[in-house]
Amino acid sequence: MSSPVLQLSNIVKEFSGVRVLHEITLDVLPGEVLGILGENGAGKSTLLKIISGIYTKTSGTVSVNGKVVNLKTPVDAKKLGIAMIPQEFNLISSLNVFENIFLGSEIKSGLFLNKKTMREQTHELLKELKTDLDPNALIEDLTVAQKQMVEIAKALVSNANILIMDEPTTVLTEHEVRILFELVERLKARGVTILFISHKLKEVKQLCDRLAILRDGHLISLDEVTGLNEKDMARKMVGRELNQIYPEKSAPQEETVLKVSNLSIDGVLKNINFELKKGEVLGFSGLVGAGRTETAEAIMGLRHKDSGALEVNGKRVEVNSPVEAVNLRLAYLSEDRQGKGLILNFDIPKNITLISLKAYVKGLINKSLERKKVKEFVSLFDIKAASLDTKLINLSGGNQQKVYLSKWMDTYPEILILDEPTRGIDVNTKKDIYHFIRQLIDDGLSVIFISSELEEIIGLSNRVIVMRSGEIMGELTGEDINEEEIMYHAAGLTRQTA
Amino acid sequence: MSKIDWSKYAPLIALIVLVAISAMASEHFLAARNISNVLRQVSYTGIIALGMTFVIIAGGIDLSVGSMLALVGVLTVMILNAVGEGWFAVVLAIGAAIALGALFGLINGAIVTKGRVAAFIATLATMSIFRSLTLYISDAGEIVSTNQKYPDVGGGYFLSVPNPVWVFLSLAIIFHILLNHTAFGRHVCAIGSNATVSAYSAIKVKTIYLITFVITGATVGISAVMLSSRLNSVSPGDAGLFYELDVIAAVVIGGTSLAGGKGTIWGTVIGVIILGIINNMLNLLGVSAYLQGTVKGLVILVAVLAQYKQTR
Repeated sequence: MSSPVLQLSNIVKEFSGVRVLHEITLDVLPGEVLGILGENGAGKSTLLKIISGIYTKTSGTVSVNGKVVNLKTPVDAKKLGIAMIPQEFNLISSLNVFENIFLGSEIKSGLFLNKKTMREQTHELLKELKTDLDPNALIEDLTVAQKQMVEIAKALVSNANILIMDEPTTVLTEHEVRILFELVERLKARGVTILFISHKLKEVKQLCDRLAILRDGHLISLDEVTGLNEKDMARKMVGRELNQIYPEKSAPQEETVLKVSNLSIDGVLKNINFELKKGEVLGFSGLVGAGRTETAEAIMGLRHKDSGALEVNGKRVEVNSPVEAVNLRLAYLSEDRQGKGLILNFDIPKNITLISLKAYVKGLINKSLERKKVKEFVSLFDIKAASLDTKLINLSGGNQQKVYLSKWMDTYPEILILDEPTRGIDVNTKKDIYHFIRQLIDDGLSVIFISSELEEIIGLSNRVIVMRSGEIMGELTGEDINEEEIMYHAAGLTRQTA
Repeated sequence: MSKIDWSKYAPLIALIVLVAISAMASEHFLAARNISNVLRQVSYTGIIALGMTFVIIAGGIDLSVGSMLALVGVLTVMILNAVGEGWFAVVLAIGAAIALGALFGLINGAIVTKGRVAAFIATLATMSIFRSLTLYISDAGEIVSTNQKYPDVGGGYFLSVPNPVWVFLSLAIIFHILLNHTAFGRHVCAIGSNATVSAYSAIKVKTIYLITFVITGATVGISAVMLSSRLNSVSPGDAGLFYELDVIAAVVIGGTSLAGGKGTIWGTVIGVIILGIINNMLNLLGVSAYLQGTVKGLVILVAVLAQYKQTR
């Protein structure tokens, strides 16, 4: 066996005295794909950030190629060939692909940039990665998957031989995931070592050679993937058996709470018509970019509509701003939690009451009432934070999502639109969210559930609408709600060819 | 967990250190008369800095405040002289000054929000416009008040503290409450932190942003009254000249982030006083007036560098 390329020994990390990593010792072998699996707040991200120089460890040592190294900044890590592919891409959208790839390590001839060489090298690299990406394409014109490709190419240009991928598949469609996996195989063939973070058991099993499972800051196990099954992995990750991930479906009522007619936005949405029944979970499926988010945003008054009528509880309504939508007891949990949902430098109470603040104001904000209400949410959703005053930026993704959900629940909505509510969230929190949705239905709410994960659409929805390129392609109920039917509509196939 | 966040108190610590050094460097510094003078001198820019804090937290900036002060000052004294003698005229003029300031602030805010012009550019333009209008209206000549009562407003004392200082400190308290204990203040921080999240949270982002400019305009109006009544006149070319720099510097020294989203009123008050003490000490120590700008510039740099360090 070859000697480890990266060795972690007794890594400890504390935040203001709270220990989040407990003496993690881990060897990473050259050219392997090492999966790192764990729930929210298990310490995955913290560990990676230490390896990539974003956080400094409290104690322990990191060795690269057998030598103890001192990683103080991401630049130190980069010099040692460690690169992180972030979840939020750091690309400059007004520059093109090769300019981004060589950003900070530009090739020059004399005083001037040698664009020709950079373009050629980019072309070579992209060809090797088997993508048809044009080196001259502007970043802003690329899809999420293509941007990820650019990030990976950028890391390779800087001679990275340890690549950290932090939940790279959460933003990808299934097809794109397959392309990414093929790419990972090719990178492996090049001798690149990959640390692959995920909470998707299936993925990890398919892709990784070995698997490290973290729980509550401890390394629970480190095994060859071949001997593991998904159930074992889930049990180790959660610390107990997972049963009944999806709650039982309940039967919706006859009453229509929301009716959308002829909703169109030029070039984005074409003639969207649907109804939502009281007590229903209406799934919206489709590929990324099918127009589901745009439909939701148009309903919420966040987008200009070129045509379309809205009826809430049988009454014709005009919604041209989110203020009006909130007054009609509509709520929309955006897919972009950090960009559109939460103010990361605000603490928990300020985030939760941001929309509902009026309810706490009698001239001045009644802060004790505000905190009291927020404490209720914290215990209802089991939000894990050092204190109420913790800023959102210091919470894990799952806990952020719970705060986001609390924020909308505090507006007492009757119709809740959830847009990818489980994206980037571990199994346990996912399950919490599914059961919470069922609780809402029992309380008389109605839910529009947008998701790219077929499994959860199938597991939760009473009815499923499938969209493609801004149009509704089909509506499925009962037995028809299955993977095949959904994919068939999402791909835009017609009956005849089937 | 009960670790004290020292960075939060950096402006206060800086002020205490500065007062201690000043007291040692000059025996005159702690004299009641000197302290009262320093506070009066800073209250004119200080009042505006309180309003500016809102604009900057909301993610904007207002470069026009100095020119606006001259314009409001000239118009106010003209209105005062037109109305005539007595306290009635004074009260009317004060009302007019605040209303005019708010109106000019509204114009700034409207250009920024409705016209979608960056605040820096929009107020750079109105800075030039306001100054030019001031010179045109006054024919570049000093406008002197003929009202006998008017000088008492800014020149008077209450409990042996100059009136402008009372106004500055009372406004500071009101604005502190406005920023920390009202929905409006919360919304200002929210839009400065992340305008998209705020819009998605059903906050009227543009309206809130606009109001911060109106508030700043109103503080300019108040400051114009204090300054013009104390001097009993307004000099159209000099009044409020470079005030925008002192005002913005005070806000930044007080720990408010130029990137928006976070800041405090008490920080701004301290920032204002720090700038005032530095000016005062340089005078007491007989440092050349030409060098005072250098010192002020260095202080601003240190304050911003300290902030930058914190956020990393």
